[in-house]
Amino acid sequence: MAYSDKVIDHYENPRNVGKLDDTSKFVGTGMVGAPACGDVMRLQIQVDSDGVIEDAKFKTYGCGSAIASSSLLTEWVKGKNINDAEQIKNTEIAQELALPPVKIHCSVLAEDAIKAAVRDVRDKQGI
Amino acid sequence: MTLPIYLDYASTTPVDPVVADKMMDCLTTSGKFGNPASRSHVFGWEAESAVEDARADVANIMGADPREIVWTSGATEANNLAIKGCAHFNVRRGKHIVTSRIEHKAVLDTCRQLEREGFELTYLDPDANGLIQPEMVSEALRGDTTVVSIMHVNNELGTRNDIASIGKVCRDRKIFFHVDAAQSAGKTPIDVEEMNVDMMSFSAHKLYGPKGIGALYVRRKPRVRIEAQIHGGGHERGMRSGTLPTHQIVGMGEAFRLGREMLESETDRITRLRHRLWAGVSDMEEVYLNGSAQQSVPGIINISFAFVEGESLIMALRDLAVSSGSACTSASLEPSYVLRALGLNDEMAHSSIRFSIGRYTTKEQIDDTIAKVRRAVEKLRELSPLWDMFKDGIDLNQVEWSAH
Repeated sequence: MAYSDKVIDHYENPRNVGKLDDTSKFVGTGMVGAPACGDVMRLQIQVDSDGVIEDAKFKTYGCGSAIASSSLLTEWVKGKNINDAEQIKNTEIAQELALPPVKIHCSVLAEDAIKAAVRDVRDKQGI
Repeated sequence: MTLPIYLDYASTTPVDPVVADKMMDCLTTSGKFGNPASRSHVFGWEAESAVEDARADVANIMGADPREIVWTSGATEANNLAIKGCAHFNVRRGKHIVTSRIEHKAVLDTCRQLEREGFELTYLDPDANGLIQPEMVSEALRGDTTVVSIMHVNNELGTRNDIASIGKVCRDRKIFFHVDAAQSAGKTPIDVEEMNVDMMSFSAHKLYGPKGIGALYVRRKPRVRIEAQIHGGGHERGMRSGTLPTHQIVGMGEAFRLGREMLESETDRITRLRHRLWAGVSDMEEVYLNGSAQQSVPGIINISFAFVEGESLIMALRDLAVSSGSACTSASLEPSYVLRALGLNDEMAHSSIRFSIGRYTTKEQIDDTIAKVRRAVEKLRELSPLWDMFKDGIDLNQVEWSAH
């Protein structure tokens, strides 16, 4: 499997790896995928009172493309309002990382992860 | 150290330079380039004599008579010839065949083809150690069973079946017994008499010989008859036509002669390297050996690194030439059918690596491998939400995953 330079870069130097305090009502967690399918992504966002994402962290069990997709996503969502963050499309991720067709599902998973994280933070804040 | 480090000897091996020299001597005008089937001149006689010397060297590794060796293009063809040839020849006796789920695709796909032709197949499940027990074979036999095909050494696990006991079960019931020995020649002793084997498949390139050549042992006493699968010229006693590739055959003969000679010393050396590798990685948490540690060849070691995904592990280990437990080039990640047959779940199958050690593996390479594996596993676990959850004491089997 030939990976693009961007995938390799994110894989070698993943950005924003880690965990946020899930008990905080300003933290939203999106956990998507399943071990049996070969990938699980956990994306967490921390928002301020205006709904702007101050911090984002991820951990991913999966192939290089899945790790790169989630790493890239954390970079993209930081500083964005959650309303804008949930508009990020998997095709943008796939294009940026030059994912081959068999790896498109990794970008789909990343899109699902940010949507789930935004949903979680909204639920917690009751908005 | 030259990178990447080759640890995929179960996949194929480099040709031993001694073997390559002998092969080179059978190609050009200054060498034995003649057609071994040419009876009317010295070029043919010389080539024929080289082929017959090689036949004796191959026969020697298994205690057979040279006349029981049929040259083929490799173990795949030998498996096809043995199973289809024997099943077809004995079709009036019955149409039931017994094999196992962990055979190589060359056996499994051959059996699938026979199923399409109307044969009935029984696929035995291995035990948790990856072994096919003689009782399993015995229980599967029926009145209309004609062929049993069980591999000697499994290519993914390195586990070694008790061929002699299975052979006895088959011989007592007068059922033909075929063994795929592609991974065992030169790795563990073989004796077709003691083992009651009727047909046995071999490949040269797994034992430092060239690719494109193999052999099928076909027993003469009691005689095993098979139907040819390739016709045209009646070479190899009518069982496999086609001009004999002298250089390939000479290469296989020399490779097998060396393999037999070095069996003991190489087994000792490779066993030490295997123990070194296992000792170097097994003190990490959640690392598992797949398949029996006792009943196996030392050169193949299959390890699962839990909570690490296989493809990213291979990516992290790109300085190591190893095989993964999943076929990740396909759109759907397919876990190894061998590991699944052992009862491993998909995650564990995906997170396993087969290291295979061979003639040119050094202690330094093993030490370097250990360091690289540890680094990769630690890095990927640091990245893995599953590892986090495991560390938090969460049972991953109880989690409801959003399948996609």
